[in-house]
Amino acid sequence: MAQINLTVNGKAAHAEVESRTLLVELLRDHLHLTGTHVGCDTSQCGACVVSVDGKSVKSCTMLAVQAEGAQVITIEGLAAADGTLHPMQEMFREHHGLQCGFCTPGMVMSGIDLVESHPDGLTEQQIREGLEGNICRCTGYHNIVKAIAAAWPLMHDKQMPQAAE
Amino acid sequence: MNDLSNPVIIKGGIGDSPKRTEDHRFLSGKGRYTDDINRPGQAYAYFKRSDVAHGVIKSIDTAAAAAMPGVVAIYTGEDIAKAGIGGVPCGWQLHSKDGSPMVEPPHPILAQGKVRYVGDAIAMVIAETTEQAKDAAEALVIDIESLPAVSEMRAATAPGAALVHDAAAGNICFDWHIGDKAAVDAAFATAFKVARIDVVNNRLIPNPMEPRAAIGDFDQSSGEHTLYTTSQNPHVIRLLMGAFVLQIPEHKLRVVAPDVGGGFGAKIFHYIEEAAVTWAAAQINRPVKWTCGRGEAFITDAHGRDHITHAELALAEDGKFLGLRVNTMANMGAYLSTFAPSVPTYLSATLLAGVYTTPAIYGEVKAVFTNTVPVDAYRGAGRPETTFLLERLVDVAAKEMGMDRVAIRRRNFIPIDAYPYQTPVALMYDSGNHEATLARCMEIADWNGFEARRAAAAKRGKLRGIGMSTYLEACGIAPSAVAGALGARAGLYEVANVRVHPTGSVTVFTGTHSHGQGHETTFAQLVADQLGVPFESVEVVHGDTAKIPFGMGTYGSRSLAVGGSAMVKAMDKIIAKGKKIAAHLMEAAVDDIEFKDGKFTVAGTDKSKSFAEIAITAYVPHNYPIEEVEPGLDETAFYDPKNFTFPGGCHICEVEIDPDTGVVQLIGFTAVDDIGRVINPMIVHGQVHGGVTQGIGQALLEHAIYDETGQLLSGSLMDYTMPRADNVVNIHVGTESTLCTHNPLGAKGVGEVGAIGSPPAVINAVVDALRDYGVSHIDMPATPQKIWSIINAGAPRMAAE
Repeated sequence: MAQINLTVNGKAAHAEVESRTLLVELLRDHLHLTGTHVGCDTSQCGACVVSVDGKSVKSCTMLAVQAEGAQVITIEGLAAADGTLHPMQEMFREHHGLQCGFCTPGMVMSGIDLVESHPDGLTEQQIREGLEGNICRCTGYHNIVKAIAAAWPLMHDKQMPQAAE
Repeated sequence: MNDLSNPVIIKGGIGDSPKRTEDHRFLSGKGRYTDDINRPGQAYAYFKRSDVAHGVIKSIDTAAAAAMPGVVAIYTGEDIAKAGIGGVPCGWQLHSKDGSPMVEPPHPILAQGKVRYVGDAIAMVIAETTEQAKDAAEALVIDIESLPAVSEMRAATAPGAALVHDAAAGNICFDWHIGDKAAVDAAFATAFKVARIDVVNNRLIPNPMEPRAAIGDFDQSSGEHTLYTTSQNPHVIRLLMGAFVLQIPEHKLRVVAPDVGGGFGAKIFHYIEEAAVTWAAAQINRPVKWTCGRGEAFITDAHGRDHITHAELALAEDGKFLGLRVNTMANMGAYLSTFAPSVPTYLSATLLAGVYTTPAIYGEVKAVFTNTVPVDAYRGAGRPETTFLLERLVDVAAKEMGMDRVAIRRRNFIPIDAYPYQTPVALMYDSGNHEATLARCMEIADWNGFEARRAAAAKRGKLRGIGMSTYLEACGIAPSAVAGALGARAGLYEVANVRVHPTGSVTVFTGTHSHGQGHETTFAQLVADQLGVPFESVEVVHGDTAKIPFGMGTYGSRSLAVGGSAMVKAMDKIIAKGKKIAAHLMEAAVDDIEFKDGKFTVAGTDKSKSFAEIAITAYVPHNYPIEEVEPGLDETAFYDPKNFTFPGGCHICEVEIDPDTGVVQLIGFTAVDDIGRVINPMIVHGQVHGGVTQGIGQALLEHAIYDETGQLLSGSLMDYTMPRADNVVNIHVGTESTLCTHNPLGAKGVGEVGAIGSPPAVINAVVDALRDYGVSHIDMPATPQKIWSIINAGAPRMAAE
């Protein structure tokens, strides 16, 4: 068994895990953060995406012990303490970017990463290609793409540059 | 009550698009899916499954596995047999042409004697952790003598083929037919031309993003069993599992289907794991949790489609359809899943008229057992298969006749004044306007401007094509008496309990189940609209047999048409009672009380009582007509539909093919559907987007492929091509509604139209793009390899130019 210390959603966390325990298992089974989901076993679906030290990571593809000392943000860590949603969450709601909600945590986390990593703007094609690693079976992606595009100006606090259209 | 015949959109009411009530919880990680639930002291189950498609179980030695760390219990088929546990039942019984009942082999919850498909469960290992259960399963010593397997229907029905079940000669489950063969033969005798097609409707794997999960719990002190499960219909699971498998009476069995991450049909059926964990929890007196892995889901969730069909259409000189003859083989897989026999028959062949006036139709269906995962309803269930067949055949007929594809459809449309329309294959369509959906869809998609776009693409070296489908489907299942006559073993009504609280807020308990459809929003709108209470004052509860009186669940686009109608019926009772209370309070005759916009008014006066005043009076009956009316304001209604509902519409797809690679690029997709009354346009559009994308997936990407030994080759998300964001385009959605004439809402259903209408539109576009290559049909999925091979097979006219 391995001892692991890390920071999850701004709070110190500790757990004792098997060395084979995955980060997603640490989050769900040990820390009871069940917002991060497991939708496959081949790193294809992206339901488990979290942020590790600022990088977007599939938490089913990382061992828990690799997250020793890391800053991890999960879907539970996005909204404000009073329940006010992060702009990406709010735009998913506004544009009906979710149906069953199962892929949603990963989609929101990937959407945030996409917007943050494209400070100069984001085209529809870039969004679609950027979501290659996230599968949704409900929405047909139409409204997810819309939601991410709508979150860009809110997260960068400026209009989407025309050039990026 | 807001007048449905002259609707005014009120905030949060019918026709408005409030944002979804359920979204905050899903967006903040607070959803409560089955795998998020943990019961105190739970153990974990893992199922050891067959890795051969067909074989005799010679022996299972559990000793070494039982000695592994953390192992609590191991059960095999022998234990299940000893315990007297029944097989998983099938919900429909069909009869063959000769009147004999379908062959219905037992489906034990753990294999007994034989394994019949890769994924068939052999043993259940329960341990302190999932990992320990998996480790112990590796230590089971299982001796299976492999037998020859049949994975494909033609092989399964060939002489001398291995038998999946000894009782099913030739691997035939049933050989069924519908329609008037003699009338069809007569029509063909007078035909000017005959169009023919052979179609394989590709086998699909539904893949809802949440894998199935089940937790069995048992309270020894009360004898009560609880099953938490990823189900679209918890009451149906309680009925099937309680009455037929485990013999647990309803009052001692609670089934909870909490938040469920997508279903698409795959979560309708009663699966063996549900019964296994429920039973095992009582054996070890501990909760038992099982969570399906994705790889496991590929070989255990019921698959969809998998039909092989030959069809012939007799045409008159003017392009009128005279007769239709259809012969289908439908794969049942290794065992009969809950709805399986109804899919190729009553949910498919009864729609062979489509939107056309074809006067004579004859359909035959042979259902075939194979050594594959059971096949059952997947989004659309039978209607996509028929729609694909018909809409492809109509295009082939147009080509055969030298007619325009739109003109031949218009010539054969059921005219609007022919409704209600009795088809030659049992169904009576109540409403529809095929010209309206066609015209609107052609306008949005700019059908008439297409040739210029084709020419422009050709200059860029691309092959551009456009295709349409004009379709109709049957859903809102189902009138119980009709379904019963057709072989359903249960009623198919729906139930609503509308509970008005003392201060006028409302909780609605529905027997339908939401797993993405947004019922918590749509149903709240319906109630807000009809009772005149704020949208925010309505809570919708579903998914728990302990809370909801009864219900048949959500599938077949039935929730609004059937479940919503039950709600309207219950609200009618609430209003009728409210009128009596209001009449008493205002000292007026009951007949003089009108209810509108949340107010009970004495007709022709300004005397009124608000809905909340009536509610509080009902619960604090100090001044109350107690001799005539009971206190309380809480009503339940069962609604049994009078007919199926018939949504339909027109889908148009435009594609471009790169002849160098064979890749089909979607350019545009337009869907204009007639789904009856729309409650929430935002949600309706979302349902169409998702359905169309699954249809595009079927047409271009998805295919469950078995090799001849019964191994699933497309057994993971790395091998089975799910549509991703960059495979699809923005989808233009419109509605042109005619109202359903036989339910109080006029609603028809929207859950499946996208998946039903879209595949033939896509393939018709692909075939159109390849029109210079002499292609009349391409089976789905239209992969780059298939198309590249077509383009490079001969010496097409294009190449010669």
